[in-house]
Amino acid sequence: MVDLNSYLVIGALLFSLGLFGVITRRNGVAVLMGVELILNAANINFIAFARFGGMDFSGHVFALFVIVMAAAEAAVALAIILNIFNNLGTINIDEADQLKQ
Amino acid sequence: MVVFSKNLIYSAMALLFTLMGVAGLYVFLWADFIAVTQILIYVGGILVLIIFGIMLTHRITNVRLSHSSIQQGVGGAIVLVIFLGLTSMILKAPWYRATAVEPQETVRQIGRLLMIDYLLPFEVASVLLLAALMGAALLSRKVD
Repeated sequence: MVDLNSYLVIGALLFSLGLFGVITRRNGVAVLMGVELILNAANINFIAFARFGGMDFSGHVFALFVIVMAAAEAAVALAIILNIFNNLGTINIDEADQLKQ
Repeated sequence: MVVFSKNLIYSAMALLFTLMGVAGLYVFLWADFIAVTQILIYVGGILVLIIFGIMLTHRITNVRLSHSSIQQGVGGAIVLVIFLGLTSMILKAPWYRATAVEPQETVRQIGRLLMIDYLLPFEVASVLLLAALMGAALLSRKVD
């Protein structure tokens, strides 16, 4: 029987993998992929509660807003990563430490 | 696969199939409009953008398109603890269950909610998209 719990566990798994990607990858683009995974996990939870938890279509609308946020965030983050690459010649985020004393 | 693969292009391809799978889950959850939007925006837009980012930030002559990870042990332990905590919380929590019937038309309902109840967040999201567009164009412009 597939019910609310299985979808929530899938969301938690996706969130954990995305968080793992964010905190362990060195490449900026790979970190961005981890953020996309986290946003997808949140979306799965929204839709699961819309289906099982009586959240109805508000969950769908919130999922749409999350997708819009993800698009805007990806565009801006990739522009920033391109700038970092042009200035430093690398996109490893642990080498972008120019602000360090 | 997305977070473990050494090759960045492989990561992007794994992300493609992950997003397709999530769209399939949306179909199972009676959210067909969200599934189509997911495929259009994520697979058609964001993934192409990410692959552009990969291509633009590596020299074409540089065949080695790999990248490394750092501190996988510590990160894996922390994430495992978080995942187990979330799972036990999910399985223990007494969720409110509503008995829902399968909706006949999702697009009409979403449109009504978007234009009546959630009009202000809708407009704010459009302004945010405009700001992100301008910001991205400004950031990636060549300074002369």
